[in-house]
Amino acid sequence: MIEGILIGLTTALTFKNIFMVMIGCFFGTIIGMLPGLGPMTAIALMIPITYGFDPATGLILMAGVYYGAVFGGSTSSILLNAPGVPGTVATSFDGYPMAQQGKAGKALAIAAWSSFAGGTLSAIYLLFMAPSLSKVSLSFRSPDYFALMILGLTAIAAFSSKGQFLKAMMMVVLGLMLASVGQDSLSDITRFTFNNMNLTDGISFVLVVMATFAMSEALTIILKRNDPTAAAKQVSLTELGSIKINKEERGKMYKTIPRSSVIGFLIGVLPGAGATIASFLAYGMERNLVKDEEKEKFGKGSVNGLSAPETANNAACSGSFVPMLTLGIPGSGTTAVMLGALLGFGIQPGPRLYMTNPEIFWSVIMSMYIGMVILLILNLPLIPYIARILAVPKNYLIPLILFFSITGIYVMSFNNFDIYLMIGIAVVATFLRLYDFPMPPLILAFVLGGLMEENLRRSLLLSNGSWEFLWDRTLTVCILATTILIVLWHIYKTLTKKKS
Amino acid sequence: MNINTTKIISLLFFIFSAFYLYTAYQIQVFAFDENAPFNARTFPIYLGYTGLFFSGLKLILPDPDTIKVEHKNLEYKKTGILILIAIIYGATILKVGYFLTTSLFLFASYYFLGERRWILMFLLSFPFVAGFMYLLHGVLDIYLRDPFLKLIGVMG
Repeated sequence: MIEGILIGLTTALTFKNIFMVMIGCFFGTIIGMLPGLGPMTAIALMIPITYGFDPATGLILMAGVYYGAVFGGSTSSILLNAPGVPGTVATSFDGYPMAQQGKAGKALAIAAWSSFAGGTLSAIYLLFMAPSLSKVSLSFRSPDYFALMILGLTAIAAFSSKGQFLKAMMMVVLGLMLASVGQDSLSDITRFTFNNMNLTDGISFVLVVMATFAMSEALTIILKRNDPTAAAKQVSLTELGSIKINKEERGKMYKTIPRSSVIGFLIGVLPGAGATIASFLAYGMERNLVKDEEKEKFGKGSVNGLSAPETANNAACSGSFVPMLTLGIPGSGTTAVMLGALLGFGIQPGPRLYMTNPEIFWSVIMSMYIGMVILLILNLPLIPYIARILAVPKNYLIPLILFFSITGIYVMSFNNFDIYLMIGIAVVATFLRLYDFPMPPLILAFVLGGLMEENLRRSLLLSNGSWEFLWDRTLTVCILATTILIVLWHIYKTLTKKKS
Repeated sequence: MNINTTKIISLLFFIFSAFYLYTAYQIQVFAFDENAPFNARTFPIYLGYTGLFFSGLKLILPDPDTIKVEHKNLEYKKTGILILIAIIYGATILKVGYFLTTSLFLFASYYFLGERRWILMFLLSFPFVAGFMYLLHGVLDIYLRDPFLKLIGVMG
């Protein structure tokens, strides 16, 4: 492991890669601060640029964007009560009241230090957990992988659906259907191409991500007459106040950060759960653990109430890398985008990644730590200036997002058909978004589609077409039982919600 | 009559799944693969049935959390124009070239979204695209086809 860490450090500490982390964090912070444009959009817009780099640098850039976006989301939660990303909603519970009391600078500093500590601790957990999990996952067989993918898709549908589980499952099926277009990987028989040569290789992953996130978010903003930059215009007018944290406040953070980082990391590891659930759980847990006197302050500007979700959402970001790096199965929409980009580089993440491509595996882990340091020393003092950059009117922002999306597809395929297809998918996605059909399940399903079919094929061929493979192995049964539990839990929650 | 749009979307998805399933059954597989436990049409067939199942459930189950969209408040005109500009951009980019079409696309988009600061609009289109093109083509070595720049002798 020491050798791996050294390889990772050598790769991550090159001037080019440090520069990429800085660019990524900076760009991610800007996008993350804009309500409605989350880390998935930020990463999607970066994909075409990453193809000009080696895979390690590309992934380091995307990881920087991810952390930057989460940090940027916290900033708009604290200053404007307008979370840029869902994972920072809980941050606004105590961050915004603090800002209203004239302590915006302090709230930002607490959030930044908590994010830094949460991210650092979880990077350490990841450092030790990922190789061990990789060894365990070597014992996984095709039926286990197939079951694991069903678990991942069900979990992301359950957690991202805001109570609309069936809508999310429809999006999962749509994602799998889109992935099935093109040549069958084994027999080379073309499917659903309707004799169109442009569809023979299937639909590009970047095209689907750009269409369903970047482009459809831009169209939704215009359609709904939203102005994401309006929030940023207010930030530059806000009096931030001091960013110093006193001894008493530090004492509170010392207790909160370790426990919130553990819960954040563990939730992040679970497929589909992610930063949103982690931050809410950490907030709830912290409220139960503090003294009654501090409990009264929750919702009115509590240091613990701000520190807990901020620590947990960053820890969850690192945690979500575990299933992607060790099993090759992304646990969240954001890591699904990264997995798709890695596949584009010709790299298959999975248990053997840290043996076949140690420089990628370890440099990503190391760059997470570097990213945290950069976010702390670069972004915190720069927040008022970043906010001024964000005050770009939406009349400029929207065409620029469309420009990056279309350019991204153009430089990859050099054909008009892909641009038309992207516009078509973006229009459908915009319409579906209006009626709360979630997009992350579609992306995860699209990425997993090929792998899922491959593992089902192997499992069915090994069992002579019988579905017995689903209950032949204890591990498969355990994974499927977890899937059933998630569905039952979701039904229970829906029923209790209806009663209340 | 108040029509629940979510139900209409579910119905459309149901029809789409049925069409997908029909097309899946039409996939031509090799003769020796016809009765194999798994062939090129197996997975799509399962997907088609799964799509029918979930959209069917959504259709028949009550929908207490109906999403109501105020269509009067939606900006259909600007969105439509933006989509149209993007289609024209897509249609001309290969023939005319990246630089000119992209710059015009950006300029037209700013204009139709209501921007009238001409100098800023110009700066954020032509010079901006030139800079971005240099980054892609010159620095990152990503090939960009541009017949227009080739014609005027700027690109080799």
